[in-house]
Amino acid sequence: MSIKGKAYIAGIYEHPTRLAKDISLAQIHAQVAKGALEDAGLTKDDVDGYFCAGDAPGLGPMSMVEYMGLKPRHVDSTDTGGSSYLLHVAHAAEAIAMGKCKVALITLAGRPRAEGMATGTVPRSRGGTPTPDEPFEFPYGPTVVNMYAMCAMRHMHEFGTTSEQLAWIKVAASHHAQYNEHALLRDVVTVEDVVNSPMISDPLHRLDCCVITDGGGAIVVVAPEIAKSLKRPKVKLIGAGEFVKTQMGGKVDLTYSGARFSGATAFAEAGVKPSDMKYVSIYDSFTITVLMQLEDLGFCEKGKGGKLVADGNLISGTGKLPFNTDGGGLCSNHPANRGGLTKVLEAVRQLRGEAHPKVQVKNCDLALAHGTGGSLGLRHGSGTVILERE
Amino acid sequence: MADTKERKLPAPVASPETQAYWDAAAQGKLLIRKCTSCGELHHYPRTICPFCFSDKTEWIEASGKGTIYSYSVMRRAPVPYAMAYVTLAEGPRMVTNIVDCDFDKLKCEQPVKVVFKPTEGNGPPLPMFTPA
Repeated sequence: MSIKGKAYIAGIYEHPTRLAKDISLAQIHAQVAKGALEDAGLTKDDVDGYFCAGDAPGLGPMSMVEYMGLKPRHVDSTDTGGSSYLLHVAHAAEAIAMGKCKVALITLAGRPRAEGMATGTVPRSRGGTPTPDEPFEFPYGPTVVNMYAMCAMRHMHEFGTTSEQLAWIKVAASHHAQYNEHALLRDVVTVEDVVNSPMISDPLHRLDCCVITDGGGAIVVVAPEIAKSLKRPKVKLIGAGEFVKTQMGGKVDLTYSGARFSGATAFAEAGVKPSDMKYVSIYDSFTITVLMQLEDLGFCEKGKGGKLVADGNLISGTGKLPFNTDGGGLCSNHPANRGGLTKVLEAVRQLRGEAHPKVQVKNCDLALAHGTGGSLGLRHGSGTVILERE
Repeated sequence: MADTKERKLPAPVASPETQAYWDAAAQGKLLIRKCTSCGELHHYPRTICPFCFSDKTEWIEASGKGTIYSYSVMRRAPVPYAMAYVTLAEGPRMVTNIVDCDFDKLKCEQPVKVVFKPTEGNGPPLPMFTPA
Protein backbone atom coordinates (compact mmCIF):
# COMPACT_ATOMS: atom_id res chain seq x y z
CA MET A 1 0.00 0.00 0.00
CA SER A 2 1.40 3.35 -1.03
CA ILE A 3 0.08 6.85 -1.69
CA LYS A 4 2.09 7.00 -4.91
CA GLY A 5 -0.23 8.26 -7.63
CA LYS A 6 -3.30 8.05 -5.40
CA ALA A 7 -3.87 11.80 -5.07
CA TYR A 8 -3.31 15.08 -6.93
CA ILE A 9 -2.97 18.69 -5.84
CA ALA A 10 -5.71 20.38 -7.81
CA GLY A 11 -6.00 23.78 -6.18
CA ILE A 12 -3.72 26.23 -4.38
CA TYR A 13 -4.04 29.75 -3.06
CA GLU A 14 -1.79 32.12 -1.13
CA HIS A 15 -3.33 35.12 0.55
CA PRO A 16 -1.71 38.28 -0.86
CA THR A 17 -1.71 40.12 2.47
CA ARG A 18 1.27 40.29 4.77
CA LEU A 19 -0.50 42.45 7.39
CA ALA A 20 -4.08 41.51 8.24
CA LYS A 21 -5.19 44.25 10.63
CA ASP A 22 -8.75 44.34 9.34
CA ILE A 23 -9.38 40.65 8.68
CA SER A 24 -10.26 38.04 11.32
CA LEU A 25 -8.39 34.78 11.67
CA ALA A 26 -11.42 32.68 10.64
CA GLN A 27 -12.01 35.02 7.71
CA ILE A 28 -8.49 34.41 6.36
CA HIS A 29 -9.01 30.64 6.61
CA ALA A 30 -12.23 30.97 4.61
CA GLN A 31 -10.72 33.36 2.05
CA VAL A 32 -7.83 31.02 1.29
CA ALA A 33 -10.20 28.03 1.14
CA LYS A 34 -12.35 29.89 -1.38
CA GLY A 35 -9.28 30.85 -3.40
CA ALA A 36 -7.92 27.32 -3.59
CA LEU A 37 -11.30 25.79 -4.50
CA GLU A 38 -11.77 28.39 -7.26
CA ASP A 39 -8.26 27.67 -8.51
CA ALA A 40 -9.16 23.98 -8.76
CA GLY A 41 -12.54 24.62 -10.34
CA LEU A 42 -14.38 23.07 -7.41
CA THR A 43 -16.93 24.39 -4.92
CA LYS A 44 -17.35 24.20 -1.17
CA ASP A 45 -19.97 21.48 -1.57
CA ASP A 46 -17.37 19.25 -3.24
CA VAL A 47 -15.24 19.23 -0.06
CA ASP A 48 -15.60 16.01 1.92
CA GLY A 49 -12.30 16.14 3.83
CA TYR A 50 -10.94 19.00 5.95
CA PHE A 51 -7.45 19.40 7.40
CA CYS A 52 -6.12 22.12 9.69
CA ALA A 53 -3.58 22.54 12.50
CA GLY A 54 -3.18 24.63 15.64
CA ASP A 55 -3.34 27.94 13.79
CA ALA A 56 -7.07 27.39 13.20
CA PRO A 57 -9.27 28.91 15.91
CA GLY A 58 -11.12 26.49 18.15
CA LEU A 59 -10.74 22.85 19.06
CA GLY A 60 -9.24 20.89 16.17
CA PRO A 61 -11.24 21.28 12.97
CA MET A 62 -14.62 21.99 14.54
CA SER A 63 -14.90 25.77 14.62
CA MET A 64 -13.65 26.17 11.06
CA VAL A 65 -15.90 23.39 9.75
CA GLU A 66 -18.83 25.28 11.25
CA TYR A 67 -17.66 28.76 10.15
CA MET A 68 -17.18 27.69 6.54
CA GLY A 69 -20.29 25.50 6.44
CA LEU A 70 -18.39 22.36 5.47
CA LYS A 71 -19.78 18.83 5.72
CA PRO A 72 -16.64 16.66 5.84
CA ARG A 73 -16.78 12.91 6.30
CA HIS A 74 -13.07 12.93 7.12
CA VAL A 75 -11.12 15.40 9.32
CA ASP A 76 -7.52 15.56 10.55
CA SER A 77 -5.94 18.20 12.78
CA THR A 78 -2.45 16.74 13.06
CA ASP A 79 -0.15 19.43 14.43
CA THR A 80 3.62 19.38 14.08
CA GLY A 81 3.89 23.17 13.99
CA GLY A 82 5.01 24.73 10.73
CA SER A 83 5.44 21.38 8.98
CA SER A 84 1.84 20.27 9.69
CA TYR A 85 0.65 21.01 6.15
CA LEU A 86 3.23 18.70 4.57
CA LEU A 87 1.81 15.96 6.76
CA HIS A 88 -1.71 17.06 5.86
CA VAL A 89 -0.99 16.63 2.14
CA ALA A 90 0.30 13.12 2.84
CA HIS A 91 -2.56 12.26 5.20
CA ALA A 92 -5.09 13.58 2.69
CA ALA A 93 -3.61 11.26 0.07
CA GLU A 94 -3.84 8.36 2.53
CA ALA A 95 -7.48 9.16 3.27
CA ILE A 96 -8.24 9.45 -0.45
CA ALA A 97 -6.45 6.15 -1.16
CA MET A 98 -8.58 4.50 1.53
CA GLY A 99 -11.79 5.94 0.10
CA LYS A 100 -12.43 8.15 3.13
CA CYS A 101 -12.74 11.33 1.07
CA LYS A 102 -12.25 12.62 -2.50
CA VAL A 103 -11.74 16.35 -2.12
CA ALA A 104 -9.56 17.33 0.84
CA LEU A 105 -9.18 20.97 1.82
CA ILE A 106 -6.17 22.13 3.88
CA THR A 107 -6.10 25.67 5.31
CA LEU A 108 -3.58 27.80 7.20
CA ALA A 109 -3.94 31.35 8.50
CA GLY A 110 -2.45 33.64 11.11
CA ARG A 111 -2.03 37.24 12.24
CA PRO A 112 1.15 37.33 14.38
CA ARG A 113 2.16 40.68 12.88
CA ALA A 114 -1.18 42.41 13.43
CA GLU A 115 -1.20 41.03 16.97
CA GLY A 116 2.32 42.33 17.65
CA MET A 117 3.57 38.92 18.72
CA ALA A 118 7.23 38.70 19.80
CA THR A 119 7.66 35.63 17.66
CA GLY A 120 11.30 34.67 17.84
CA THR A 121 12.98 36.43 20.71
CA VAL A 122 10.81 35.82 23.80
CA PRO A 123 10.55 32.44 25.60
CA ARG A 124 6.98 31.19 25.57
CA SER A 125 5.23 28.87 27.97
CA ARG A 126 2.24 27.05 26.52
CA GLY A 127 0.26 27.64 29.72
CA GLY A 128 -2.02 25.12 31.39
CA THR A 129 -0.52 21.83 32.53
CA PRO A 130 3.17 22.03 31.64
CA THR A 131 4.54 19.59 29.11
CA PRO A 132 7.01 17.17 30.78
CA ASP A 133 9.93 19.01 29.19
CA GLU A 134 8.83 22.52 30.16
CA PRO A 135 10.25 22.80 33.73
CA PHE A 136 13.63 21.65 32.38
CA GLU A 137 13.67 24.14 29.51
CA PHE A 138 11.39 27.16 29.79
CA PRO A 139 13.04 28.78 32.86
CA TYR A 140 16.34 28.89 30.93
CA GLY A 141 14.90 31.14 28.24
CA PRO A 142 14.71 29.03 25.07
CA THR A 143 13.40 31.16 22.21
CA VAL A 144 12.77 30.24 18.61
CA VAL A 145 15.96 31.94 17.47
CA ASN A 146 18.43 30.83 20.15
CA MET A 147 17.53 27.16 19.81
CA TYR A 148 18.10 27.25 16.02
CA ALA A 149 21.23 29.30 16.68
CA MET A 150 22.65 26.49 18.83
CA CYS A 151 22.27 24.13 15.86
CA ALA A 152 24.20 26.61 13.71
CA MET A 153 26.88 26.99 16.39
CA ARG A 154 27.43 23.24 16.63
CA HIS A 155 27.38 22.85 12.84
CA MET A 156 30.10 25.50 12.59
CA HIS A 157 32.09 23.76 15.33
CA GLU A 158 31.94 20.29 13.78
CA PHE A 159 32.05 21.09 10.08
CA GLY A 160 33.59 24.55 9.77
CA THR A 161 30.43 26.04 8.28
CA THR A 162 30.69 29.84 8.07
CA SER A 163 28.31 32.78 8.49
CA GLU A 164 29.09 33.74 4.89
CA GLN A 165 27.92 30.34 3.64
CA LEU A 166 24.68 30.66 5.63
CA ALA A 167 24.25 34.18 4.25
CA TRP A 168 24.16 32.82 0.67
CA ILE A 169 20.82 31.18 1.51
CA LYS A 170 19.28 34.55 2.29
CA VAL A 171 20.96 36.11 -0.74
CA ALA A 172 19.40 33.47 -3.03
CA ALA A 173 15.96 33.95 -1.45
CA SER A 174 16.23 37.71 -1.98
CA HIS A 175 17.13 37.24 -5.64
CA HIS A 176 13.84 35.36 -6.03
CA ALA A 177 11.74 37.68 -3.87
CA GLN A 178 12.48 40.70 -6.08
CA TYR A 179 10.06 39.21 -8.63
CA ASN A 180 7.28 38.42 -6.13
CA GLU A 181 4.99 41.44 -5.91
CA HIS A 182 3.53 40.15 -2.64
CA ALA A 183 6.86 39.47 -0.91
CA LEU A 184 7.42 41.43 2.30
CA LEU A 185 11.11 42.03 1.49
CA ARG A 186 11.90 42.57 -2.21
CA ASP A 187 15.36 44.12 -2.03
CA VAL A 188 18.24 41.97 -3.24
CA VAL A 189 20.80 41.61 -0.44
CA THR A 190 24.47 40.62 -0.42
CA VAL A 191 26.47 38.30 1.80
CA GLU A 192 27.94 41.41 3.44
CA ASP A 193 24.44 42.76 4.15
CA VAL A 194 23.60 39.53 5.99
CA VAL A 195 26.75 39.16 8.06
CA ASN A 196 26.74 42.89 8.93
CA SER A 197 23.12 42.89 10.08
CA PRO A 198 22.64 42.97 13.87
CA MET A 199 23.41 39.78 15.80
CA ILE A 200 20.19 38.39 17.26
CA SER A 201 21.49 35.21 18.89
CA ASP A 202 24.99 34.04 17.98
CA PRO A 203 25.70 33.08 15.24
CA LEU A 204 22.39 34.12 13.64
CA HIS A 205 22.02 37.69 12.40
CA ARG A 206 18.78 39.49 11.72
CA LEU A 207 18.97 38.61 8.02
CA ASP A 208 19.47 34.92 8.88
CA CYS A 209 15.90 35.01 10.28
CA CYS A 210 12.63 34.69 8.40
CA VAL A 211 10.00 37.40 8.20
CA ILE A 212 6.99 37.70 10.50
CA THR A 213 3.84 38.01 8.42
CA ASP A 214 0.08 37.63 8.51
CA GLY A 215 -1.84 35.76 5.88
CA GLY A 216 -2.33 32.16 4.95
CA GLY A 217 -2.84 29.65 2.22
CA ALA A 218 -4.82 26.62 1.20
CA ILE A 219 -4.36 23.41 -0.77
CA VAL A 220 -6.97 21.13 -2.35
CA VAL A 221 -5.94 17.48 -2.67
CA VAL A 222 -8.19 15.30 -4.83
CA ALA A 223 -8.71 11.74 -6.00
CA PRO A 224 -7.35 10.84 -9.49
CA GLU A 225 -10.81 10.74 -11.10
CA ILE A 226 -11.56 14.25 -9.82
CA ALA A 227 -8.17 15.52 -11.07
CA LYS A 228 -8.95 14.11 -14.53
CA SER A 229 -12.24 16.03 -14.65
CA LEU A 230 -10.58 19.39 -13.90
CA LYS A 231 -8.86 21.82 -16.27
CA ARG A 232 -5.75 22.58 -14.19
CA PRO A 233 -2.30 21.03 -14.85
CA LYS A 234 -2.01 17.76 -12.97
CA VAL A 235 0.37 17.64 -10.02
CA LYS A 236 0.61 14.15 -8.59
CA LEU A 237 1.83 13.15 -5.14
CA ILE A 238 4.33 10.32 -5.52
CA GLY A 239 6.00 10.09 -2.10
CA ALA A 240 5.77 11.38 1.44
CA GLY A 241 7.47 10.94 4.78
CA GLU A 242 7.21 12.24 8.31
CA PHE A 243 9.32 12.02 11.46
CA VAL A 244 9.52 13.51 14.95
CA LYS A 245 13.05 14.18 16.16
CA THR A 246 13.65 14.80 19.85
CA GLN A 247 16.40 15.22 22.43
CA MET A 248 16.40 11.43 22.67
CA GLY A 249 16.51 11.24 26.45
CA GLY A 250 19.69 13.33 26.67
CA LYS A 251 21.46 12.01 23.56
CA VAL A 252 20.52 15.07 21.51
CA ASP A 253 22.53 15.67 18.34
CA LEU A 254 22.01 19.16 16.93
CA THR A 255 23.83 18.49 13.66
CA TYR A 256 20.95 16.78 11.89
CA SER A 257 17.19 17.09 11.58
CA GLY A 258 14.27 14.71 11.14
CA ALA A 259 14.58 15.34 7.39
CA ARG A 260 17.10 12.50 7.41
CA PHE A 261 14.21 10.11 8.03
CA SER A 262 11.19 11.85 6.48
CA GLY A 263 13.20 12.44 3.31
CA ALA A 264 14.44 8.86 3.06
CA THR A 265 10.87 7.59 3.46
CA ALA A 266 9.56 9.95 0.79
CA PHE A 267 12.32 9.21 -1.73
CA ALA A 268 11.87 5.46 -1.23
CA GLU A 269 8.12 5.69 -1.79
CA ALA A 270 8.52 7.88 -4.86
CA GLY A 271 11.32 5.74 -6.30
CA VAL A 272 13.42 8.81 -7.11
CA LYS A 273 16.58 10.39 -5.68
CA PRO A 274 17.63 13.90 -4.67
CA SER A 275 19.55 14.49 -7.90
CA ASP A 276 16.31 13.92 -9.87
CA MET A 277 14.68 17.00 -8.30
CA LYS A 278 14.32 20.00 -10.63
CA TYR A 279 13.13 22.32 -7.85
CA VAL A 280 13.01 22.21 -4.04
CA SER A 281 10.94 24.13 -1.49
CA ILE A 282 12.87 23.99 1.77
CA TYR A 283 11.57 25.33 5.08
CA ASP A 284 13.49 28.50 5.80
CA SER A 285 12.68 29.72 9.28
CA PHE A 286 16.40 30.51 9.47
CA THR A 287 19.28 30.07 7.07
CA ILE A 288 20.65 27.18 9.14
CA THR A 289 17.31 25.35 8.79
CA VAL A 290 17.77 25.24 5.01
CA LEU A 291 21.37 24.11 5.16
CA MET A 292 20.73 21.25 7.58
CA GLN A 293 17.61 20.03 5.77
CA LEU A 294 19.38 19.98 2.39
CA GLU A 295 22.12 17.82 3.90
CA ASP A 296 19.63 15.56 5.66
CA LEU A 297 17.49 15.13 2.54
CA GLY A 298 20.59 13.87 0.75
CA PHE A 299 21.44 16.78 -1.55
CA CYS A 300 25.01 16.58 -0.26
CA GLU A 301 27.10 14.79 2.32
CA LYS A 302 26.55 15.72 5.99
CA GLY A 303 28.71 18.72 6.81
CA LYS A 304 29.10 19.85 3.18
CA GLY A 305 25.96 22.00 3.15
CA GLY A 306 27.98 25.21 3.37
CA LYS A 307 29.63 24.47 0.05
CA LEU A 308 26.33 23.38 -1.50
CA VAL A 309 24.49 26.63 -0.75
CA ALA A 310 27.36 29.08 -1.40
CA ASP A 311 28.11 31.17 -4.48
CA GLY A 312 24.53 31.44 -5.70
CA ASN A 313 23.97 27.72 -6.17
CA LEU A 314 20.37 28.04 -4.90
CA ILE A 315 19.46 30.86 -7.33
CA SER A 316 17.07 29.86 -10.10
CA GLY A 317 18.53 30.22 -13.56
CA THR A 318 22.16 30.24 -12.48
CA GLY A 319 22.46 27.76 -9.60
CA LYS A 320 22.22 23.99 -9.78
CA LEU A 321 19.59 23.63 -7.06
CA PRO A 322 16.87 26.31 -7.40
CA PHE A 323 15.01 26.69 -4.10
CA ASN A 324 12.16 28.80 -2.70
CA THR A 325 11.59 30.77 -5.88
CA ASP A 326 8.80 32.81 -4.25
CA GLY A 327 11.33 34.30 -1.81
CA GLY A 328 10.32 31.79 0.87
CA GLY A 329 9.98 32.59 4.54
CA LEU A 330 13.24 34.50 4.54
CA CYS A 331 11.83 37.21 2.24
CA SER A 332 8.22 36.66 1.19
CA ASN A 333 5.88 35.10 3.71
CA HIS A 334 5.76 33.03 6.90
CA PRO A 335 2.06 33.21 7.75
CA ALA A 336 1.11 32.24 11.31
CA ASN A 337 4.82 31.59 11.94
CA ARG A 338 4.20 28.35 10.06
CA GLY A 339 5.94 28.09 6.72
CA GLY A 340 5.13 24.56 5.57
CA LEU A 341 2.06 25.27 3.50
CA THR A 342 3.64 27.98 1.37
CA LYS A 343 6.43 25.50 0.58
CA VAL A 344 3.91 23.26 -1.15
CA LEU A 345 2.36 26.21 -3.00
CA GLU A 346 5.57 27.28 -4.74
CA ALA A 347 6.42 23.67 -5.63
CA VAL A 348 2.99 23.35 -7.30
CA ARG A 349 3.48 26.67 -9.14
CA GLN A 350 6.82 25.41 -10.46
CA LEU A 351 5.35 22.09 -11.60
CA ARG A 352 2.44 23.87 -13.31
CA GLY A 353 4.85 26.29 -15.00
CA GLU A 354 3.11 29.14 -13.17
CA ALA A 355 6.04 30.53 -11.18
CA HIS A 356 7.25 34.00 -12.11
CA PRO A 357 8.95 33.76 -15.55
CA LYS A 358 12.20 35.11 -14.08
CA VAL A 359 12.42 32.19 -11.64
CA GLN A 360 10.49 29.44 -13.43
CA VAL A 361 12.62 26.30 -13.72
CA LYS A 362 12.62 24.90 -17.27
CA ASN A 363 10.91 21.53 -17.75
CA CYS A 364 10.12 21.34 -14.06
CA ASP A 365 8.54 17.91 -13.71
CA LEU A 366 9.78 16.74 -10.30
CA ALA A 367 9.83 18.80 -7.13
CA LEU A 368 10.19 18.35 -3.40
CA ALA A 369 8.67 20.31 -0.53
CA HIS A 370 9.96 19.89 2.98
CA GLY A 371 9.15 21.40 6.35
CA THR A 372 10.39 21.49 9.93
CA GLY A 373 7.91 22.41 12.66
CA GLY A 374 8.49 23.10 16.34
CA SER A 375 12.08 23.81 17.32
CA LEU A 376 15.05 22.41 15.44
CA GLY A 377 17.08 22.49 18.67
CA LEU A 378 14.48 21.09 21.09
CA ARG A 379 12.04 18.78 19.29
CA HIS A 380 10.56 19.06 15.84
CA GLY A 381 8.30 17.40 13.32
CA SER A 382 9.59 16.88 9.79
CA GLY A 383 7.45 16.41 6.71
CA THR A 384 8.53 15.75 3.12
CA VAL A 385 6.42 15.43 -0.03
CA ILE A 386 7.58 14.65 -3.56
CA LEU A 387 5.43 15.88 -6.42
CA GLU A 388 5.41 15.10 -10.11
CA ARG A 389 3.85 16.89 -13.06
CA GLU A 390 1.80 14.47 -15.12
CA MET B 1 30.62 40.93 31.35
CA ALA B 2 27.29 39.28 31.77
CA ASP B 3 24.85 39.54 34.60
CA THR B 4 25.46 43.23 35.25
CA LYS B 5 21.69 43.66 35.26
CA GLU B 6 19.45 41.30 37.15
CA ARG B 7 17.84 38.59 35.06
CA LYS B 8 14.69 37.14 36.59
CA LEU B 9 14.33 33.38 36.25
CA PRO B 10 10.84 31.87 36.22
CA ALA B 11 10.38 29.09 38.77
CA PRO B 12 10.17 25.58 37.32
CA VAL B 13 6.89 23.81 38.08
CA ALA B 14 7.60 20.51 39.84
CA SER B 15 5.42 17.45 39.28
CA PRO B 16 5.11 14.37 41.50
CA GLU B 17 7.50 12.68 39.07
CA THR B 18 10.21 15.34 39.38
CA GLN B 19 9.81 16.77 42.90
CA ALA B 20 12.92 14.97 44.14
CA TYR B 21 15.02 16.56 41.38
CA TRP B 22 14.01 20.06 42.48
CA ASP B 23 14.32 19.24 46.19
CA ALA B 24 17.89 18.09 45.50
CA ALA B 25 18.59 21.27 43.53
CA ALA B 26 17.62 23.24 46.64
CA GLN B 27 20.37 21.26 48.44
CA GLY B 28 22.90 22.10 45.72
CA LYS B 29 22.78 18.64 44.16
CA LEU B 30 22.22 17.78 40.48
CA LEU B 31 20.35 14.52 40.01
CA ILE B 32 20.03 12.41 36.91
CA ARG B 33 17.86 9.41 36.32
CA LYS B 34 19.35 5.97 35.81
CA CYS B 35 17.67 2.84 34.51
CA THR B 36 18.79 -0.19 36.52
CA SER B 37 17.42 -2.46 33.82
CA CYS B 38 19.40 -1.24 30.76
CA GLY B 39 21.93 0.88 32.66
CA GLU B 40 21.31 4.04 30.58
CA LEU B 41 21.17 7.51 32.13
CA HIS B 42 18.66 9.99 30.79
CA HIS B 43 17.57 13.63 31.10
CA TYR B 44 15.03 15.21 31.69
CA PRO B 45 14.09 12.66 34.36
CA ARG B 46 11.26 10.16 33.83
CA THR B 47 10.05 7.20 35.88
CA ILE B 48 9.89 4.99 32.79
CA CYS B 49 13.18 4.68 30.89
CA PRO B 50 12.92 6.31 27.42
CA PHE B 51 15.44 3.78 26.08
CA CYS B 52 14.14 0.36 27.22
CA PHE B 53 10.75 1.35 28.73
CA SER B 54 11.55 -0.35 32.03
CA ASP B 55 10.05 1.21 35.15
CA LYS B 56 13.12 0.28 37.19
CA THR B 57 14.70 3.74 37.35
CA GLU B 58 16.42 5.56 40.20
CA TRP B 59 18.08 8.86 41.05
CA ILE B 60 21.83 9.22 41.06
CA GLU B 61 23.82 12.33 41.91
CA ALA B 62 25.81 13.83 39.05
CA SER B 63 29.34 15.14 39.54
CA GLY B 64 28.28 18.56 38.29
CA LYS B 65 31.07 18.52 35.74
CA GLY B 66 30.54 18.75 32.01
CA THR B 67 31.41 20.40 28.72
CA ILE B 68 29.54 22.85 26.51
CA TYR B 69 27.96 20.94 23.60
CA SER B 70 26.56 24.10 22.01
CA TYR B 71 25.55 27.59 23.09
CA SER B 72 24.09 30.83 21.80
CA VAL B 73 24.19 34.26 23.40
CA MET B 74 20.72 35.76 23.15
CA ARG B 75 21.65 39.37 22.36
CA ARG B 76 18.11 40.56 21.76
CA ALA B 77 16.92 40.26 25.36
CA PRO B 78 16.62 42.89 28.11
CA VAL B 79 19.56 41.13 29.78
CA PRO B 80 21.57 39.04 27.30
CA TYR B 81 22.09 35.43 28.39
CA ALA B 82 23.85 32.31 27.14
CA MET B 83 21.56 29.44 26.23
CA ALA B 84 23.39 26.11 26.11
CA TYR B 85 23.38 22.36 25.99
CA VAL B 86 25.90 20.91 28.41
CA THR B 87 27.13 17.33 28.11
CA LEU B 88 27.38 16.04 31.67
CA ALA B 89 30.45 14.00 32.60
CA GLU B 90 28.02 11.11 33.14
CA GLY B 91 26.75 11.34 29.54
CA PRO B 92 23.35 13.00 29.17
CA ARG B 93 23.05 16.45 27.58
CA MET B 94 20.84 19.04 29.25
CA VAL B 95 19.32 22.38 28.32
CA THR B 96 20.83 25.06 30.56
CA ASN B 97 22.51 28.47 30.72
CA ILE B 98 26.17 29.40 31.02
CA VAL B 99 26.56 32.14 33.64
CA ASP B 100 29.09 34.28 35.55
CA CYS B 101 31.51 34.56 32.63
CA ASP B 102 32.54 36.58 29.58
CA PHE B 103 30.08 35.43 26.92
CA ASP B 104 32.44 36.40 24.11
CA LYS B 105 34.96 33.78 25.24
CA LEU B 106 32.60 30.78 25.27
CA LYS B 107 33.48 27.80 23.07
CA CYS B 108 32.00 24.42 22.24
CA GLU B 109 33.65 21.63 24.28
CA GLN B 110 34.73 24.10 26.99
CA PRO B 111 34.75 22.46 30.49
CA VAL B 112 32.09 23.77 32.88
CA LYS B 113 30.80 23.05 36.39
CA VAL B 114 27.35 23.32 37.91
CA VAL B 115 26.10 26.31 39.92
CA PHE B 116 22.58 26.86 41.22
CA LYS B 117 20.69 30.09 40.58
CA PRO B 118 17.62 31.26 42.53
CA THR B 119 14.27 31.57 40.77
CA GLU B 120 11.34 33.91 41.28
CA GLY B 121 8.95 33.47 44.20
CA ASN B 122 11.33 31.21 46.15
CA GLY B 123 10.95 28.51 43.52
CA PRO B 124 13.52 25.71 43.27
CA PRO B 125 16.94 26.91 42.07
CA LEU B 126 18.02 26.11 38.53
CA PRO B 127 21.17 24.15 37.76
CA MET B 128 23.32 26.26 35.45
CA PHE B 129 26.97 26.06 34.48
CA THR B 130 30.03 28.26 34.64
CA PRO B 131 33.51 27.77 33.14
CA ALA B 132 35.45 25.25 35.25
